[in-house]
Amino acid sequence: MTATTTAPIAATPVHARSAPSTRLRAWATRAPLLPALVFMIAVTQLPFVATLVISFFDWNALYPRARHFTGLDNYRQVLTDADLRHSVWTTVLLTVTVVLVSLVLGLLLALLLDRRFKGRGVVRTLLIAPFLVVPVAAALLWKHVLYNPEYGLFNGLLHYVGGPQPDWISRTPLMAVEASLVWQWTPFMMLILLAGLQSRDHQQIEAARVDGASDWQIFRHLTLPHLRRYLELGALLGSIYIVQNFDAVFTITSGGLGTANLPYTVYQSFYQAHENGLASAAGVLVVIGSIVIATFALRVVSSLFREEVSRA
Amino acid sequence: MSTVAVRTRPRRQGAGLGLLAWLVGIAFFLPIAWMALTSFHSEADAATNPPSFAASLTLDGYREFFGTGGGASPWPALINSTVASVASTLCVLLLALPAAYALSVRPVRKWTDVLFFFLSTKMMPAVAGLLPIYLFAKNAGLLDNIWLLVLLYTAMNLPIAVWMMQSFLAEVPVAVIEAAQIDGARLPTILARVVAPIALPGIAATALICFIFSWNELLFARVLTGVVAETAPVFLTGFITSQGLFLAKVCAASLVISLPVLAAGFAAQDKLVQGLSLGAVK
Repeated sequence: MTATTTAPIAATPVHARSAPSTRLRAWATRAPLLPALVFMIAVTQLPFVATLVISFFDWNALYPRARHFTGLDNYRQVLTDADLRHSVWTTVLLTVTVVLVSLVLGLLLALLLDRRFKGRGVVRTLLIAPFLVVPVAAALLWKHVLYNPEYGLFNGLLHYVGGPQPDWISRTPLMAVEASLVWQWTPFMMLILLAGLQSRDHQQIEAARVDGASDWQIFRHLTLPHLRRYLELGALLGSIYIVQNFDAVFTITSGGLGTANLPYTVYQSFYQAHENGLASAAGVLVVIGSIVIATFALRVVSSLFREEVSRA
Repeated sequence: MSTVAVRTRPRRQGAGLGLLAWLVGIAFFLPIAWMALTSFHSEADAATNPPSFAASLTLDGYREFFGTGGGASPWPALINSTVASVASTLCVLLLALPAAYALSVRPVRKWTDVLFFFLSTKMMPAVAGLLPIYLFAKNAGLLDNIWLLVLLYTAMNLPIAVWMMQSFLAEVPVAVIEAAQIDGARLPTILARVVAPIALPGIAATALICFIFSWNELLFARVLTGVVAETAPVFLTGFITSQGLFLAKVCAASLVISLPVLAAGFAAQDKLVQGLSLGAVK
């Protein structure tokens, strides 16, 4: 097991090593962990159990007396309801598009930033900035300041070249949401991939170059295989955050024009339609989707984690 | 390192790519720069097509935003956000530090599983627990109470914090700790004199990242708060529907509310990747 590199700290209290005190010591080392563990279970796991239970009830908050057990009915309704099914599809489309595009852009940017040039630190800072704008503020910025058909910056700039003046949000609503998210998430991908690039074995690359390998060959056969884990990590962490995205959809389109994703639908079905049972069933479906992604994510994180620990 | 072979590539290509990096960097920053410039324009100058780059500067947008122009004051929301973010970050540190210490000590194999349990809770969409939390808050009379958000934000950030901190604590060289032990140092002394100085920058970065996530959060704040406990992002949602000429005000508001995050993010810049990748990338 690789995870024992720092184990000697555990042997700190040098006192006796008799049998009863070993047990006591085991609990003493475990104790600092318990508050966090109990807190997490109480605040994150219990509500989910409640969601699971509620999802089996027909329960509209406006008619609390009519609440009754319906088994899998809510799930049937969620999966057959055209709007809800559409929101499942929208969630998938939104997540995949944003993750893939920002990953590719992030890779290109990381490759650009991996080389030495004047003002590299400044460019890196400029690139990180979009990730550090409050998500609602970023969405407002895109909605009103960039996309506005009459005086938005995009149409303003198009005006100079005599281009068309499209109404971006109503013409391509989902793409409008995606573009704003890509803008925010590309820096995240770039940071992870840049860290990956900088952990390459530079001697190996120089050796390949001495042997006459071209830049493309080095990228294709040395850099890309090395980056695979980092690409996976970026894709999976990005997916986890973007599957849950609420801010951009809520702000830019308010879920209209076919852009409602599952988190927005869950929000709407209980906050506006007061359909507790349906909302819970949709929530459970989001969780199942996330578990699928998370299983892969955990595998990637754990393999990187092992590697880091064994290197330490 | 600097073998002759590396220099065989033409210098011009390198300079061209450097220029390209600059252009892309500026392109990504442009919306923010434009937002900042617009926030200093008058409403009339902010809403022109083609855009008025060189219009005269004014603080009217900021005056409007801070409520001297008659709108709702953002101060309660800003104070609520500060309370929620700072208090939840302190709670996270209080819970995560001992946990991370216990985990980086790692006496048995099973502890890695505990670490992964924390991570798995982060992967569960917040929206799945929203309804029971709302019902609970309603019955307990905790709706529109900022301390409920403190509790939830603590839970939201705890997994990331435990992961980050255990990766920072694991960086403390074992040899140094052993040396201190041989010199007869007790645990508190080792923590204060050996572990803290090495792990402190990482702990600070963890705190900053938790602060950012709490400050940014919208969904819970939107559902669970109303008039009294409204946070800054909820205040911003008031700008979703257009209200005539209001671009300068929107830009001023977005910029002011993003400033703490930008500041915290740049302060944590060196550790940002390690934190956001949950310690998997260094």
